[in-house]
Amino acid sequence: MPIAGLTGGLSWAALIVIVPLVGALLTGLWPRAGGWVALVVALLTLGTTLGGALHVWWQGPEIHALGGWEAPLGIALVLDGLAAFMLLLTSVVGLFVTLYALGYVGRQERSGRFWVLWLWLWAAMNALYLSGDVFNLYVTLELVVLASVALVALASGGPALVASMRYLLLSLLGSLAYLMGVALLYGAYGALDLITLAEQVTPGHLLMMVAALMTVGLMAKTALFPLHGWLAPGHGSAPAAASPILSALVVKVSFYLMLRLWLTLFPDLATPALGVLMGGLGGAAVIWGGIMAMAADRLKPFVAYSTVAQVGYLALFFPFMLAVPGGWRAVVFFAAAHACAKATVFMAAGTLQRAAGHDRMSELADVMRGRPISSFAMGIAGAGLVGLPFTGGFIAKWLLVETAIAGDVWPWAVVVVVGGLLAGAYVFRLLGPAFLAGRGSPGRPIAGIMEWSTLGMALVSIALGFAGAASLQLLDATVTGPGGL
Amino acid sequence: MSRPRLSHVLTSLLAGALGVALVLILLELPAHSGLAEPVTEAMDRSGVGHEVTAVLLNFRGYDTFLELAVLLLAVWVAWSLGRQDPVPARSVRGPVLRGTLRHLVPVAVLTGGYLVWVGASTTGGAFQGGAVLGAAGVMLVLARPRSLPRVPRLGLRFVVALGVLVFLASGVGGLLGGHGFMGYHPDWAYALIVAVELAAAVSIGLGLVLLFLGGRVQGDDDDH
Amino acid sequence: MITENLVGEIYLVCGALLFVLGVHALVVRPHLLVKVLAVNIMGSGVFMVLLTAASGPDLIDPVPHALVITGIVVAVCASAVALALMLKVRAATGQARLPSEAPED
Repeated sequence: MPIAGLTGGLSWAALIVIVPLVGALLTGLWPRAGGWVALVVALLTLGTTLGGALHVWWQGPEIHALGGWEAPLGIALVLDGLAAFMLLLTSVVGLFVTLYALGYVGRQERSGRFWVLWLWLWAAMNALYLSGDVFNLYVTLELVVLASVALVALASGGPALVASMRYLLLSLLGSLAYLMGVALLYGAYGALDLITLAEQVTPGHLLMMVAALMTVGLMAKTALFPLHGWLAPGHGSAPAAASPILSALVVKVSFYLMLRLWLTLFPDLATPALGVLMGGLGGAAVIWGGIMAMAADRLKPFVAYSTVAQVGYLALFFPFMLAVPGGWRAVVFFAAAHACAKATVFMAAGTLQRAAGHDRMSELADVMRGRPISSFAMGIAGAGLVGLPFTGGFIAKWLLVETAIAGDVWPWAVVVVVGGLLAGAYVFRLLGPAFLAGRGSPGRPIAGIMEWSTLGMALVSIALGFAGAASLQLLDATVTGPGGL
Repeated sequence: MSRPRLSHVLTSLLAGALGVALVLILLELPAHSGLAEPVTEAMDRSGVGHEVTAVLLNFRGYDTFLELAVLLLAVWVAWSLGRQDPVPARSVRGPVLRGTLRHLVPVAVLTGGYLVWVGASTTGGAFQGGAVLGAAGVMLVLARPRSLPRVPRLGLRFVVALGVLVFLASGVGGLLGGHGFMGYHPDWAYALIVAVELAAAVSIGLGLVLLFLGGRVQGDDDDH
Repeated sequence: MITENLVGEIYLVCGALLFVLGVHALVVRPHLLVKVLAVNIMGSGVFMVLLTAASGPDLIDPVPHALVITGIVVAVCASAVALALMLKVRAATGQARLPSEAPED
């Protein structure tokens, strides 16, 4: 890809980091105003992200040398197609979650803590997407971990605390494995800048060790089978406003980093055997998560197991990267479709749980009939998870199958189809009772904005279905390694 | 009983294999001077005389900025987890403890300030200074001649965020001035770096004290 | 010259060993305090490896020093959060360890 060149003056990349950071600092100083600050910040972040994405669309990637020190001495912010796509996804989901949280956390006594942690998490994610330096990425990873662990622990109560402790320890293990990889890279090549490293790396034992350390570390954070044990209890017991953030976005952050590293540093290490291994793990996750979701009896753990299953598809980027040039783009689009659908389902689940006072799936039918907006949104999102037509999920699965067939790795298409059938079964189990005739009761009072923001998020997951071609074109403007696509 | 033991043996074997592989690979690392050359070439434009400080506050200032952010976030996480009520003073009789404090705390503040100040030209800097300040603060908290107020009050929230705030203001100034985000005008670099370091040292010191206090949970006895 | 190399190699080997010991303890030992210590030992191992990279053939490279300082502060923060969370887990469940039967694996 042609690179538009270094920018000296105002930079979209810098603005995209600065805006949520300022918001996080402001809410830290005045937590009581947290909700309004968060709303303004969400809108501004969406605006700057759109600006950045349009810049990439028209002029190609932007590389901002921080402090004017060019790599390898300084740190670069890299705003390219992949980063812009993930930033846009985060901003859109973030905006709707913020609206939802305005109704959910409301004016509770300690609601300020949620806003501080959420805006820090947002700033950390944006910084991570843009960072072009392997050590700086480690620092942003730790920011993401600390903020998301704290969001899980906000729920207090034994299961949530145990889940967040497990998540923290596993994440720290992953971060330090990643950092060991960074130390090896610096020891071997004397550079930390991704683009500089990409030009220097040579396949060999050292690079394989680096790839193994970094990939396994990030797999644990992405909750890729068999390192998924922490996800369901963690996302299932987090507060309702935090679960969509964690399941839709935070899981994708470490996936993004894994993808970024493989596209720039390790493209030469990808072998068919590795593709089979990673794709196989992904397939196992799809099946296992689907079965566990079928067996779950409470709503939020059910949704969390569905995330375990859907994360499995993300692992398909290994075989796809090898089989088709640019095949990974289908997986990234799938990540976006899943993020929108999963955020919707978690938001609706939180509403139903609050309305009913519990989340036992067998007893939710009355509330689901009494809350048609949330149930409708959940239905749309469920269709997206299955991959039914007129949703982003349909286009995403279509792209996955098409890539698998084009690359002559059709067994992965079978995985996608079987996973879709499984998802159909468990989504029907979720929604089926609501269609039976029976009494409807709205349950406890709920802030209206919680339901309308959920519906808005569901509509976005439909709109995404029309953005497939544009997304792939944006993703074309991604900075990759010399050998990589 | 046999299952955990099997998994332990497996873990040991895997860890051992990882260790052997790591050692073999590490011993093959080539000797090179890394980024020493580019750092030396850029030193005259960095505003400070010490290489590590130049890397920390200028060339890779963004890392340091985010690291201050990690500290601030950690304090907020500790606040969101722990208790926030006031801590009563500790009643210790006798002159020894108070006398020691009265002498040690000013020395620690002086040492911390000195470490920050010399960081520009020799070994030292915001982190070393901040750690000494933090140690003094932990001592004060442990001895507690006065009760500690309820956290997090506005003043406290402001001071613990001061390092990030000053660094961010300087960084945005660099962006507006055309030196890139987190950049400095070469003529002002020294003054700005010292200001950032002072603010950072205060925030680090306070942040460490707050992290030390942060873990108190319901049911803890304040005086054991 | 030989001694310089030897010191570097001892550092590298010790760093790798500390890292692996930390991984092992983190997985095997049940008590949360030991797990947090294990994470710190892993970190020390990485920092030793990083520092060895600083002693080049002719010039001292300042970048790894800066990285290690940053890494130490990050590690301190993560440990503090982990310890605060550990106390909270103990207050909620009565013990400072993770329940042995993980929900599904």
